[in-house]
Amino acid sequence: MSLTPDQLQRIAQLARVAVSPDEARGVTDRLNQVLGLIDQLQAVDTTGIEPMAHALDSQLAVQQRLRPDAASEPDQRAEFQAVAPAVEQGLYLVPKVIE
Amino acid sequence: MINSTVTELSAALAAKQVSSVELTRLYLDRIKGLNDRLNAFITVDEKQSLAQALVADERRARGEAGALTGIPIAHKDIFCTKAIRTTCGSRMLAGYASPYDAHVIERFSAAGAVLLGKTNMDEFAMGSSNETSHFGPVRNPWDPARVPGGSSGGSAAAVAARMAPAATGTDTGGSIRQPAALCGVSGLKPTYGVVSRYGMIAFASSLDQGGPIAKSAADLALLMNAMAGFDARDSTSLERPAEDYTRDLNLADAGDAARPLRGLRIGLPKEYFAEGVDADVLGRVRDAVRWFESQGAKTVEITLPNTGLAVPVYYVIAPAEASSNLSRFDGVRYGHRAKEYADLNDMYRRTRAEGFGAEVKRRILIGTYVLSHGYYDAYYLQAQKVRRLIAKDFSEAFARCDLILGPTSPSTAFALGAKTDDPVQMYLNDIFTIPAPLAGLPGLSIPCGFDGKGLPVGLQIMGNYFAEAKILGAAHRYQQATDWHQRAPKELPR
Repeated sequence: MSLTPDQLQRIAQLARVAVSPDEARGVTDRLNQVLGLIDQLQAVDTTGIEPMAHALDSQLAVQQRLRPDAASEPDQRAEFQAVAPAVEQGLYLVPKVIE
Repeated sequence: MINSTVTELSAALAAKQVSSVELTRLYLDRIKGLNDRLNAFITVDEKQSLAQALVADERRARGEAGALTGIPIAHKDIFCTKAIRTTCGSRMLAGYASPYDAHVIERFSAAGAVLLGKTNMDEFAMGSSNETSHFGPVRNPWDPARVPGGSSGGSAAAVAARMAPAATGTDTGGSIRQPAALCGVSGLKPTYGVVSRYGMIAFASSLDQGGPIAKSAADLALLMNAMAGFDARDSTSLERPAEDYTRDLNLADAGDAARPLRGLRIGLPKEYFAEGVDADVLGRVRDAVRWFESQGAKTVEITLPNTGLAVPVYYVIAPAEASSNLSRFDGVRYGHRAKEYADLNDMYRRTRAEGFGAEVKRRILIGTYVLSHGYYDAYYLQAQKVRRLIAKDFSEAFARCDLILGPTSPSTAFALGAKTDDPVQMYLNDIFTIPAPLAGLPGLSIPCGFDGKGLPVGLQIMGNYFAEAKILGAAHRYQQATDWHQRAPKELPR
């Protein structure tokens, strides 16, 4: 499987990362090197093998913990907003999305 | 004092031979003298560190000191700290002041340890050489023209250069063990779920695990006692009874003083003693294996047949998880935001293009690709299936042995720039460290000698789930009989 610069731009759009036309060729080449590496997996017979999503799922009966549905976090809005690029009156500011 | 272990410093503090303020100042001066050359630290705040040291000394005066009270410890800049900025080695977070402390930071703070500074690392822990850091590469204290390994390269270099008695790291595909090997220090990656990931900036959540880096296995055990333990804020944190990781350090000889390791079965995977590994590395690792045999351990040849697939599996799963985790860096809630943009979408794209470096972007793009419609089954699901085959290799091997020994890395420290043009060559360097995190298993690296160029060689010891104490016990016994772990780089001032 190998990517073309056009496919790269589609992926870059999905990932919300701008790739300039100058960089596109180089980035595509590097990604194709990596895809060459991971393509080795296609040859492996995995019939009947369950996907392993958690590092310990084969060893332990790992269960997701549930906690009571009650507020547990204190109000830290001021602290969190202090590190944001743009805020106003307790709101996070983004460029206009609705005309 | 600068060459002392944490265990020795702890005794010196208890005996009032030195105060935490004096000790902290000693290391701060050392950092001041060496950091221009090695770039091991991103941020140091002397005033804060000394204030914490003073509090530790007061605590000791009240008779409330523990083993780590007053010990200065450096933290990888992936752990969020309220006291000083947390960058994760990225321009994206270059000015980030975390509103909270990571669980690991809280634990060390509760133990009375002093935060000595934040160590340099590959950007978002993505790298094996520390060359992807936005703050410049770290240099290897044994040879500044060489890399320290990565991604916890700053932590390993700081311990090797005696700029810190101990440090924290994180390991996703080898990021504690490989730099420990390349810098001639000791490092442990615990079983997945043992150390809380709360406040540890996420790279690949099904693999990431924090752990200690220090000069000796005994020190690692002491640090683990502080770091490990259940934390409800990490959904993968394991609820287990507290362990004393020092418990196997001084085990009585197995009834035979001449052969104290009698009964220990050591597995030697044939795939780890194969072509492609430096002759010097194999030689030193074999010397170490012979030492274990001389102590009565029995060695058995084992096979981990899917070892060669571990790197490809990792470069599907880790980027997939990274592309999801790093979507939080959107220029809205924290971190960098582009100055100029046309609309919201353009703001995201430019912010992320500017804030992330080349390797991080590469992995986000790979991850996005393998998760995208039409490729998910072929790449991501297939990688998760092969991941299970790799885990199965280990469960079959551990039916025949207690510990697995082999090289940590196929080579010693390589030259800066040697692999930056070829990502695949860089990735393949992690072939022996990637399998353990894929399976969730613990692994350690300790120094076991030097190659012909005088560069340290790392011995890897892997164990079954929750076998940290056993691994540390075996490593400690080896370190009592050898002095590789006490060697310090000659180039640096004493």
